[in-house]
Amino acid sequence: MNAATTSDRVDYQTNPSLYRHWTLSFDGSIATLSADFDENAGLRPGYKLKLNSYDLGVDIELNDAINRIRFEHPEVRTVVVTSLKDKVFCSGANIFMLGVSSHAWKVNFCKFTNETRNGLEDSSKHSGLKFLAAVNGACAGGGYELALACDEILLVDDRSSAVSLPEVPLLGVLPGTGGLTRVTDKRHVRHDLADIFCTTTEGVRGQKAKDWRLVDEIAKPAVFAQKVKERALQLAEQSDRPADGKGVALTPISRTIEANALRYKHVTIEIDRAARTATFTVKAPEGVQPSSIKEIEEAGANWYPLELARELEDAILSMRTNELDIGIWLLKTSGDAAAVLAMDKVLLDNQHHWLVRETIGLLRRTFSRLDVSSRSLFALIEKGSCFAGSFLEFALACDRTYHLMLPDDADTPTITVADVNFGLYPMATGESRIGRRFYNEQPALEAVRAKAGQTLDADAAIAVGLVTSNPDDIDWDDEVRIAIEERVAMSPDALTGMEANLRFNGEENMFTRIFGRLTAWQNWIFQRPNAVGDKGALKVYGKGEKAQFDWNRV
Amino acid sequence: MSTIDYQEKIPNNVNLGEDRTLKRALENWQPNYLNWWQDMGPDGSHGFDVYLRTAVSVDPQGWAQFGHVKMPDYRWGIFLNPAEQERKIHFGDHKGEAAWQEVPGEYRANLRRIIVTQGDTEPASVEQQRHLGLTAPSQYDLRNLFQVNVEEGRHLWAMVYLLHKYFGRDGREEGEALLERRSGQQDNPRILQAFNEPTPDWLSFYMFTYFTDRDGKFQLCALAESSFDPLARTTKFMLTEEAHHMFVGESGVSRVIQRTCQVMNDLKTDDPAKIRAAGVIDLQTIQRYINFHFSVTIDLFGADESSNAATFYTTGLKGRYEEGKRTDDHVLKNDSYKVLEVRNGQLVEKEVPMLNALNEVLRDDYIKDSIGGVERWNKVIEKAGIPFRLSVPHKAFHRNIGSLSGARVSPQGQVVSQAEWDANVDKWLPSVGDRQFVASLMGRVTDAGKFANWIAPPVMGINRQPVDFEYVRFN
Repeated sequence: MNAATTSDRVDYQTNPSLYRHWTLSFDGSIATLSADFDENAGLRPGYKLKLNSYDLGVDIELNDAINRIRFEHPEVRTVVVTSLKDKVFCSGANIFMLGVSSHAWKVNFCKFTNETRNGLEDSSKHSGLKFLAAVNGACAGGGYELALACDEILLVDDRSSAVSLPEVPLLGVLPGTGGLTRVTDKRHVRHDLADIFCTTTEGVRGQKAKDWRLVDEIAKPAVFAQKVKERALQLAEQSDRPADGKGVALTPISRTIEANALRYKHVTIEIDRAARTATFTVKAPEGVQPSSIKEIEEAGANWYPLELARELEDAILSMRTNELDIGIWLLKTSGDAAAVLAMDKVLLDNQHHWLVRETIGLLRRTFSRLDVSSRSLFALIEKGSCFAGSFLEFALACDRTYHLMLPDDADTPTITVADVNFGLYPMATGESRIGRRFYNEQPALEAVRAKAGQTLDADAAIAVGLVTSNPDDIDWDDEVRIAIEERVAMSPDALTGMEANLRFNGEENMFTRIFGRLTAWQNWIFQRPNAVGDKGALKVYGKGEKAQFDWNRV
Repeated sequence: MSTIDYQEKIPNNVNLGEDRTLKRALENWQPNYLNWWQDMGPDGSHGFDVYLRTAVSVDPQGWAQFGHVKMPDYRWGIFLNPAEQERKIHFGDHKGEAAWQEVPGEYRANLRRIIVTQGDTEPASVEQQRHLGLTAPSQYDLRNLFQVNVEEGRHLWAMVYLLHKYFGRDGREEGEALLERRSGQQDNPRILQAFNEPTPDWLSFYMFTYFTDRDGKFQLCALAESSFDPLARTTKFMLTEEAHHMFVGESGVSRVIQRTCQVMNDLKTDDPAKIRAAGVIDLQTIQRYINFHFSVTIDLFGADESSNAATFYTTGLKGRYEEGKRTDDHVLKNDSYKVLEVRNGQLVEKEVPMLNALNEVLRDDYIKDSIGGVERWNKVIEKAGIPFRLSVPHKAFHRNIGSLSGARVSPQGQVVSQAEWDANVDKWLPSVGDRQFVASLMGRVTDAGKFANWIAPPVMGINRQPVDFEYVRFN
């Protein structure tokens, strides 16, 4: 498979003036995000986005819109998610799109939609942005999963609007964005009622939906708008987002797309197609950086950490979607470690200011994207690198870390552990990557903590277990080359499964279950003839043909 | 078997007496139904004695018996066409298998949805029409309105019987909900939007019964083909009653036209203003009412490409109009059909899989059928020697569902700009002024044999009674 041609590339950058599917409006502390999907504006040909059904393009806008609310509108405390379509809130992922999509496309799509929905919960938990699903019409499948990711669900009680997860009975697959998991883990719907709910195509409406805990509240159409406002304001009271914050316009990021490279201001990706590797190089801040809130606000979208997070997010998403056969990402850094640590100090000193908090949040979610990327991640710690503090997270996120040792050179590459590595950027599991690395075993963690702030060369780093291998300059080239060549030769499926197993090695929580179950169950079901064979449920949906199943339980 | 048991509280030909659970369920539902009729049935009519037909048997000759009854005492009951021995499914994937006497579990949700949607239209139309009795142009018309109303009520019974007998507790809950929704009530609307619009005047009523009840006929015809035998049998019997409703509509519009033509000839004018001044409805306004009701009604057939339509057909839940008379393979997997869409400012045909186009197929069958009555109306105008023709608008005109939804197309089928649409909409659809004018003509005529000025008397009465028969005793 070759790189996507320019016209086929999926671009994750957009802005409200380009939206085809969402409208965003603001009223004091409340933002309203309204779904009005343009059925003729699917990202790919072959399907229409009827009844507010979505594809990747719709979710790219959603991700953009939420980021804009986070950064451009600090005064917003509650986001109301609703629909402008009559009697339809959202009917979920477009089934015809799934029917014509490759397996890889479906998985990438589901992963991104999951990240966006988890991002709502992340923002609610960490930065006080609350979400209210104002379900003003039919709410099915992914539509209900979007609602589930909100803090509260208010369902219109018009005797017809229902919430539903019809994937199993209608499509022979599972809800792909955490539906089953949130119904149990988050909403605590009794498992037998959940069983009925998830096997009933028409879903559940009105009082029963409330009684079963599928929604928080119901309201008649005449009082619905009033109730939405009331609940939105109550949610807003739980938030500490500032009324007088000065929003930061998310101006377009600077990016050059070449045949074999993606170049941003602080991030460069170079692709070696023959080797099936991509090298990410992240550059440390240079020159004088803002240190006060005033200076940070003045820098706005050009403030280094924010700019970096946005570039990195785009780079990861772009590489995942557009470069499927590039199986290894090699992570490098370059620049002055002191500048990175200075940046960290500013982040920590100001972490309670809304803009800094949001920037840390975007970095946190972006590092998290690395954890769930189905690519082998190797960090290469070489001369001129700066794996310190926040940048050490790149190495900690990797499956393996190669740290060059130059025994006779005062310039031997070093890494630096700092406070930020112990909790500022928790993984989806809620633990730090260092905690994950050492299974939260205290002796190991204390040994690392004792080295905090010090520069550690490869020998010192390997002594405390922070890197995988410390080849010297004689061995480096061969050891790294062979490790990479060996890796790219292995089955990509097995690697994806193995890496996810090893990366998420500690306690499970709702988020890990969502990703894990998606990866294990859904991706298995998505491959089975019962779903995608010629007579599989997903293939025949909408054609008026009946699915034919292999009745053997596996 | 086909004789109706009137000893029962609920008249029926389904051996209700032997099914105690069902009987209890329906006897619980009956008082709620009567309460609904008291609350939402024809306004102020409960004391009237109305000359109504009541079914006494489902035989072709014997299903109608006429007599004066108070509507709340009408013997609403449950009548199914006789079972056809060893009926076979004759379309879709189950073709050739025995028709189902019970609901197959895997089709429960879709069948219930079909029945609930159909059932919901029946009380809805009664609610839409409940104030019309106060402005009836004659006793004859008032009686026809009430006949339509009680039969819509009985059709509700038919659907509720299916829900109660075959769908367990879910079915009973849906049966209750059918009595709880209210046409036009924002908090609690009827399912289909067309059934939440008011029927404000008698011209609308005739148009509704001609056009919209004909949609009912086509839906019932498609359901009469269903593999679920009880649904097929009950809808077949409903069809015999639906015919009268369309007669009320067609003859009603025809009599309005006849009266207008008579005035035009008397005054020797075709000036709408003068015609209106004489207290009758000008033909242009009638055309605009046709445009409105025709376009709103053909929307009821659903989207032109529909996965539900395909599923309903393939799984044998809903056939095509006159499925049995068609000579194709009745599976349709390899067939295609042309639907319209607007592309580059032009209406163009697009070929789509037949199964997905079945809503459009039924819509096209409907359109052919509805044109017939319009031609008969034209005969009335022709006979009066007036050079004017009524017509149904183009299929793409004023559509709100499917790919033509929101497209701006003239009644002649030309794609027009928004500006052209805005400039002409009052020529194409009834304006507020038109509706006010028609409303201004409405006034109650209660004397037997007397008719409002804007409508001609019928040629003959009901059940061979004279036109001046006392169809309604107001008591």
